[in-house]
Amino acid sequence: MSESTSEQEQEQEQDKGAPSRRAVLGWGGAGLALGAAAAGGTAAVLASGSDMVSAASAGAAVPFHGEHQAGIASAVQDRLHFAAFDVKTKDRGELVRLLKDWTEAARLMTAGHPVGEGGYGGHPQAPPDDTGEALGLKASRLTLTVGFGPGLFAKGRFGLEGKRPDALVDLELFPGDNLDPARSGGDLCVQACADDPQVAVHAIRQLARIGFGKTAVRWSQLGFGKTSSTTPDEQTPRNMMGFKDGTRNIAGTDKAALEKHVWVGAGDGGDWLTGGSYLVARRIRMNIETWDRTSLGEQEDIFGRDKGEGAPVGKSKERDEPFLKAMKPEAHVRLAHPDSNDGATILRRGYSFTDGTDGLGRLDAGLFFLAYQRDVRTGFVPIQRKLAKSDVLNEYIQHVGSAVFAVPPGVRDKDDWWGRTLFA
Amino acid sequence: MRPARLTVVTAVAVVAALSAVTGCSEKSDASGDGAVRVKASDTACEVSTKEFPAGKVVFEVENKGSKVTELYVLFPDDRIVAERENIGPGTKASITAELKAGDYEIACKPGMKGDGIRQTVKATGTGTVEKRSPEADAAVASYRKYVQEQADETLPKAQAFADAVKAGDIEAAKKAYSLSRIGWERTEPVAESFGDIDPKVDVREDGLEPGQEWTGWHKLEKSLFADNKIDDADKKLAETLIADLTEWQKKVGQAEITPTSIANGAKELLDEVATGKVTGEEERYSHTDLVDFKANVEGAEKAYELLKPITSKTDPALSAELDKQFAALNNLLEKYRPNKAAYEYTAYDKVGEAERKELSDAVNALAEPLSKLAAAAAK
Repeated sequence: MSESTSEQEQEQEQDKGAPSRRAVLGWGGAGLALGAAAAGGTAAVLASGSDMVSAASAGAAVPFHGEHQAGIASAVQDRLHFAAFDVKTKDRGELVRLLKDWTEAARLMTAGHPVGEGGYGGHPQAPPDDTGEALGLKASRLTLTVGFGPGLFAKGRFGLEGKRPDALVDLELFPGDNLDPARSGGDLCVQACADDPQVAVHAIRQLARIGFGKTAVRWSQLGFGKTSSTTPDEQTPRNMMGFKDGTRNIAGTDKAALEKHVWVGAGDGGDWLTGGSYLVARRIRMNIETWDRTSLGEQEDIFGRDKGEGAPVGKSKERDEPFLKAMKPEAHVRLAHPDSNDGATILRRGYSFTDGTDGLGRLDAGLFFLAYQRDVRTGFVPIQRKLAKSDVLNEYIQHVGSAVFAVPPGVRDKDDWWGRTLFA
Repeated sequence: MRPARLTVVTAVAVVAALSAVTGCSEKSDASGDGAVRVKASDTACEVSTKEFPAGKVVFEVENKGSKVTELYVLFPDDRIVAERENIGPGTKASITAELKAGDYEIACKPGMKGDGIRQTVKATGTGTVEKRSPEADAAVASYRKYVQEQADETLPKAQAFADAVKAGDIEAAKKAYSLSRIGWERTEPVAESFGDIDPKVDVREDGLEPGQEWTGWHKLEKSLFADNKIDDADKKLAETLIADLTEWQKKVGQAEITPTSIANGAKELLDEVATGKVTGEEERYSHTDLVDFKANVEGAEKAYELLKPITSKTDPALSAELDKQFAALNNLLEKYRPNKAAYEYTAYDKVGEAERKELSDAVNALAEPLSKLAAAAAK
């Protein structure tokens, strides 16, 4: 029942020698593939962050089942493919079937197996169930995390209007927002994180394919070079502006902080969501070229940390406690800090993105910001209000996409499925 | 019109393609099971026997050359019986064809270009193709009738279009343009199986190979809708179009048609919609893409309806899904058809981005289950 038990189990299930996708091919049937996944789910205990690194290089599988969905507090992988979907079907039963089918496919893929009957060996006149580009690749710590957008709860749609939690707010338009509807919103989202980009892209592609007719991809985003870490003993990653990003992020092992700031609690409203979270996704474009012409001193003033070490102003080490008053009043770190926002704290899981160049030859790059929190109203919203109003970094960034989702609790076991607590 | 791929007539022949991958072909090499072995090189195309029994014939090809090659089994008039592309140097592949008694040609195409190096071969005896169920025979017969009807009905409409062009009547030609294409668009995979007609009548400017003269509907489309003129060359092209379409009308009844080729043809029609129509590339000057779109869907739906007696038994869930998705796509298309009595649709340049996305979503929703139809028909 307690979370710690569940997390221990998760850690014990970490599987260093993950089966390769090839292992179960050609034998036909998801049943057998599942069996193999279960058999592989023993092995090494990974307790600390440094062990997580070796798990990554081993291509390990992250357990899919648990109290919370993987991909939130679990160690951040190197790559992202995030997709938002419109639900096209009007039939609640069909949507439920899709979520069950997605769960089944996710269970297989996160264990390193192809979906359905695999990528080849089936009927020669039929396209294979799995598209095959991840055959032979390891699980690569793939996590798949699903979320439900506000539209799903609209009146007269799926009978869920009474179940929309108050904390799932429609985000206001913040000053400076230049949101592209084609990069915003969505009834469903799937966050695929993996150490191998091909594994993450493959996963979204399979789910999109299974969804055709029931869902349609609304937009998607590829990401690389995680900008926030949930494992503080790893080196803090740098964002596209060259600054370390995520020094003060919530650690995936800090259960108290997760309970307080990330997981939805039993009395929070929306009982179906207990053990879940809320996700805010923002595509933040950076004006790379003008940033690069900014003097080092100004860059450091804007962030409130130095560029090399990442130490807060007036301190020498990255993890030294920041003294906010030493920073410029409108420095990014100062404004974003919980102490400037009545303690508002979010778990960031963002990635850098680069989608080539735009029509003017400017690098289309920035931060694909992903933040998990217990309540959007006390998490992202106050922080972003403050930043949008005053942050000097705004001269170099623009929010161009936005979406918010309620992220249901984890899939408990092989009979459970994404969204059961909401739909059942 | 698009690059060569598995056409409707070859669909029957791919069964063995996978066995080459899984290693079954090596077994047959050892046992001498009567397969025809083809040694392909950059300069030769040797067959192990020039005469073999009719029926299901396996061709085991080995590429001993330095270039990627492909193997064709052809009727004497160049219609394709079976093909296998992309056979790399040093690799083996096998294809299976169902051959009635008669003469055939084997062509190896080193570099996958040109007419290839040819060998004449003969299938003899009374060996026949597999016995099909009465439902399957009925589907094949009805589909054959359908493609012939479409060609027969297209000719007068194409003639009206050509006459308007020849008369220099731009407005009348514009009106007749999209109507002249409907029958073709409904049955395009069959037309494409006669390799030479499609590039003459339906090629777009960007699909031309070096040295290929641009002829057919889309050249005239450009003159009429982009240049707003008809010159003498256009008038001549109109005549050529009729000659080529007459050829199609004559040949179409001879196409090799099987239940799986009907099903794969339906899927290919949706592929055409997904890659050419929904993007507005097909009719970039006239913007009559939605007419082609509708015709492609109608052709696919006809194919599906004919196979339904089979597939509703072998895969009832698939049939139910296809019924639903055909209806959904047709309903969506009706929104762009102000006059329900005519094949007149909203010009595609007036269809917004969000609406195109909606159309594309509906195409994906239909095409995904449709890709499973061939397997259901073959069960």
